Amino acid sequence: MSDTFQLDGAAVPFEPGQTVMQAALAAGHYIPHLCYHPEFKPHGSCKLCTVKVNGRTTASCTMPAEANLNVESNIEELNALRRTLVQMLFAEGNHFCPSCEKSGNCMLQALGYDLEVHATGFRHLYPDRPLDASHPDVLLDFNRCILCELCVRASSEVDGKNVFALSGRGITKHLIVNAESGKLSDTDFALYDKAMQVCPVGVILPKRVGFSQPIGERRYDKRPISAQALDDAPRQVDTSGNCEACEDPT
Amino acid sequence: MSKKLRVATTSLAGCFGCHMSFLDIDERLLTLLDLVEFDRSPINDIKHCGPCDIGIIEGGVCNAENVHVLREFRSHCKILIAIGACAINGGLPAQRNHLDLGSCLTEVYLTEPGLEHGHIPNDPELPLPLDKVHPLHEVVKIDYFIPGCPPSGDAIWKFLTDLIAGKTPELGHGLIKYD
Repeated sequence: MSDTFQLDGAAVPFEPGQTVMQAALAAGHYIPHLCYHPEFKPHGSCKLCTVKVNGRTTASCTMPAEANLNVESNIEELNALRRTLVQMLFAEGNHFCPSCEKSGNCMLQALGYDLEVHATGFRHLYPDRPLDASHPDVLLDFNRCILCELCVRASSEVDGKNVFALSGRGITKHLIVNAESGKLSDTDFALYDKAMQVCPVGVILPKRVGFSQPIGERRYDKRPISAQALDDAPRQVDTSGNCEACEDPT
Repeated sequence: MSKKLRVATTSLAGCFGCHMSFLDIDERLLTLLDLVEFDRSPINDIKHCGPCDIGIIEGGVCNAENVHVLREFRSHCKILIAIGACAINGGLPAQRNHLDLGSCLTEVYLTEPGLEHGHIPNDPELPLPLDKVHPLHEVVKIDYFIPGCPPSGDAIWKFLTDLIAGKTPELGHGLIKYD
């Protein structure tokens, strides 16, 4: 029998090597997250998944699970901080949902819904971030980038192409394309790349298919992200050690 | 029955879509009218807002007149609600915010083909545009926000009935929308 830790009063079993986030999702407990993706190494940058472990705040996506930890997640103190993080992300970029093709399928938007974020409350920065429409099949809209680095990770780790990178520091940090011209058309980026599928917001978009899903049938129209994320997570391994939902059973 | 709540509504830099959505509460308007009476609103064409319990404002702030109206609402309304994307984050009009206002006006009225002998409108009756479009909360204190472009009639109904009942308004999945 595996060890357990406590999450909001519930016993959560875990396997050695699992993080608090992985064990929680596998056992059917949702912890809000944005830059975490079940198929990638945790990044720990968005801080939406911050929990209290034995009274100290830490990112649950990078925190190794240990026996008898006391983890608090769904408490108002942390949800208020999560709300503020979502609000700051909205104020920092140009997130105009009504004109965004990703609306209804966007994790940032869905998190805002789930956390009852009614407004940003901050002064919007309205940065000037020109689009890159140079690629024949893909549009890049940098206005919505939240710097999660999922495309950077997918392009280098899975696709082996290293198309994306982050440049600059602090408020000037931004997503760039690794080409001398800086244009996506001057890379070998392709529609079937993993990096095409992982953007949680509306930066990397396939051309000519926008708004194909009617309102009401989009991913987060049907179910809140707290329910959807549990469906997407690798489930608890069965007795033979296989995990059906995992694409990579190792 | 206790005194009816007095409600004022207006649209600043908006498209009146939120007001149309407000009308989408349909026959519940009659129920609402048992609880509230309207001050300044497109429904009755009163020109200035008097003392009110609730002010509901659609649209952001894009010109000098918007600022005056918004401040009038703030000084007369106990509770001020920003309704819709434009009031909350500037919305569609704010898509000009990363551009220079002068170059926007030049492009639209002078260099775009189709306008012969065009000139940038300068009638003194016209309110001067602001350099940037602002969400309402950047100009005055806003008490509540109803997101959506527009929020659905059901969302507006839920929000207002919660508020009138003295509860903290909550929308929940299906009613809270940013698009």
